[in-house]
Amino acid sequence: MTFIKKTLASSVALAVTAAMATAAQAEISDGEIRIGYLADMSGTYRDLAGPGGLEALRMAVEDFGGSVNGAPIQVFSADDRNSADVGANTVREWIDTRNVDMVAGLVASSVTIAVTRVLEENDGFGIVSASAASSITNEHCTPNHIHWVYDTYPLANGTAQAVVQQGGDTWFMLTADYAFGHALEGDVTRVVEENGGQIVGGVRHPFPTDDFSSYILQAQGSGAKIIGLANAGADTVNAINTASQFGVVEAGQQLAGLLVFLNDVHAMGLDATQGLLLTTGWYWNMDDEAREWAERYYERVGRMPTMVQAGIYSSTTHYLQAVEATGSDDPQTVREHMMRQPIHDFFARNGRLREDGRMVHDMYLARVKSPEESTHEWDLYEILTTIPAEEAYRPLSESQCKLVQN
Amino acid sequence: MTMIFGVPLAVFMGQLLLGLINGAFYALLSLGLAVIFGLLKIVNFAHGAMYMLGAFATLLGMRYLGINYWAALLLAPLFVGLLGMLIERVLLRRIGHLDHLYGLLLTFGLALIFEGTLVNFFGVSGARYPTPEALQGGYQTGFMFLPKYRAWVLLAALVVCFATWYIIERTRLGAYLRAGTENPALMQAFGVNVPLLVTLTYGFGVALAAFAGVLAAPLYPVSPTMGSNLLIVVFAVVVIGGMGSILGAIVTGLAMGLIEGLTKVYYPEAANTVIFLVMILVLLLRPAGLFGKEA
Repeated sequence: MTFIKKTLASSVALAVTAAMATAAQAEISDGEIRIGYLADMSGTYRDLAGPGGLEALRMAVEDFGGSVNGAPIQVFSADDRNSADVGANTVREWIDTRNVDMVAGLVASSVTIAVTRVLEENDGFGIVSASAASSITNEHCTPNHIHWVYDTYPLANGTAQAVVQQGGDTWFMLTADYAFGHALEGDVTRVVEENGGQIVGGVRHPFPTDDFSSYILQAQGSGAKIIGLANAGADTVNAINTASQFGVVEAGQQLAGLLVFLNDVHAMGLDATQGLLLTTGWYWNMDDEAREWAERYYERVGRMPTMVQAGIYSSTTHYLQAVEATGSDDPQTVREHMMRQPIHDFFARNGRLREDGRMVHDMYLARVKSPEESTHEWDLYEILTTIPAEEAYRPLSESQCKLVQN
Repeated sequence: MTMIFGVPLAVFMGQLLLGLINGAFYALLSLGLAVIFGLLKIVNFAHGAMYMLGAFATLLGMRYLGINYWAALLLAPLFVGLLGMLIERVLLRRIGHLDHLYGLLLTFGLALIFEGTLVNFFGVSGARYPTPEALQGGYQTGFMFLPKYRAWVLLAALVVCFATWYIIERTRLGAYLRAGTENPALMQAFGVNVPLLVTLTYGFGVALAAFAGVLAAPLYPVSPTMGSNLLIVVFAVVVIGGMGSILGAIVTGLAMGLIEGLTKVYYPEAANTVIFLVMILVLLLRPAGLFGKEA
């Protein structure tokens, strides 16, 4: 009897121990952290995130030591070709067949919104670094994604407000004729009018457009002091180039680029862009910490990083820290931990993750240098002012996100 | 101020002039396509890539070999023309006896290869090519500020277009060409080297695209995708003018530039689609195109 009792007791004990061991291991599923990088690797948005963003992600993983609590970190990537279908299907496949833990990158807003729906249905996790639309953490917010670098709200807030305050109180809007452009135009109109300015005219141009001469001529004819560019990427580049050819700035009008990336300014050159005001989430030369990281990136990639590429490194590192601290890759556990931690690194200052998934941090108003002021190829911006984190982004009191109690 | 349909006269005139300048680009590109299709029956989907290569040859020539803009106007089309001849000799000739569709697919594939290779090395943001010094600044014309460079583009494109038309329609060489495509066997019997003529024609057609590329380099960012954006519009222009009609391509190119320019004033949202609307109308009413002969 005693023998049987002992055997029974010990086997029960054994079973319990075994079960506990399994539970501890199951915290990190498959014993691996799997990160999938989804971005436009070959199209219009390639240079602002693309392969450079993947390299930033790899840097973050290497700097973290390549593993979390003994679980190796695996990175894979795919090209979304700026198509919402391709993006959503890729992520669905990653979830089904590779058990992906975190989806990084996420560029075109349309792709991002489609992907976050897939993530929500399957309880996955995504960190959006490159998309612009502020709706990603407003009406399209989910408990399964967060938005890191910037969005349209601070872009309008920062640039438009600064320009109006400097006396640029009449605006002509040049707007890309699709959802992103309309949203940005709406945000800018609100900010300009709130600050006592006026929108005197505008054109909605097709997306994409190569030849802006006709629209620039209309903007010249409007007599507005400021020509606001509510477009992005190649459209912004083309519009600014054309304005330079038609002597817009010499004739006394000023351009306000509402979404301008470092690679855009680099491509256009300082002759065409000097004096342009813009809002950015980060600039590689803004201080020692930023510069040190940027120079390491430069050695690997041969170009200076955009704010998006820096943000990918920053967000990946915070994600891995949260996994390490909680010992788990469960989306809600990780997200809650990330929300409790203040975010302060070479990229984000005074950052915190809000319940709507928005990572708010200090933003910067910058001015593009003149060719005489610039000392080398990538010396492109002068930072004018810092826009404090809590003022830059849409306040939670105006939020329509289902995760926010209003 | 005089108004035309609610738009000040000055703005209206400015838009017409800009439309004409864009039209000159369309004319130059569609002319090359029309020459190649009219004489060789090849639907050259690599035309946009050749335009892009012309711009890239200009940019890289300046960056690495110190070739200036004026020399590039000659050298870039020459280089791309030679590349075109190589493609014709090595690839296109082998499928000449097959359906047009094969040529279309082959040239489309080539375009993707050229684009993809350059994207790999240069990205897609594009690089800026400086306006040549002699053409910087502009004229105050009374109704608008006309940059000198745009005036030059209009002039250069028109001269090249009409020279091409003259050579093909009015000279002995042009007569050989037209006869060679009509009845190659007979021309060969007369001792004319028809295969060589075909190679030269393809080379000339793509050289025209490269010339447009050189003209475009200081205007638009030089990027690997610049050609594919333009190609579809140019094909629409060729269809409207009548596939293969030389004069049709030139006149239609200029006219479409004007129509697009006016759309940008009155209904900018439709600026990218108006040419296709015209194309649909023309296909419904005159399927052979405005200047084409009914088959």
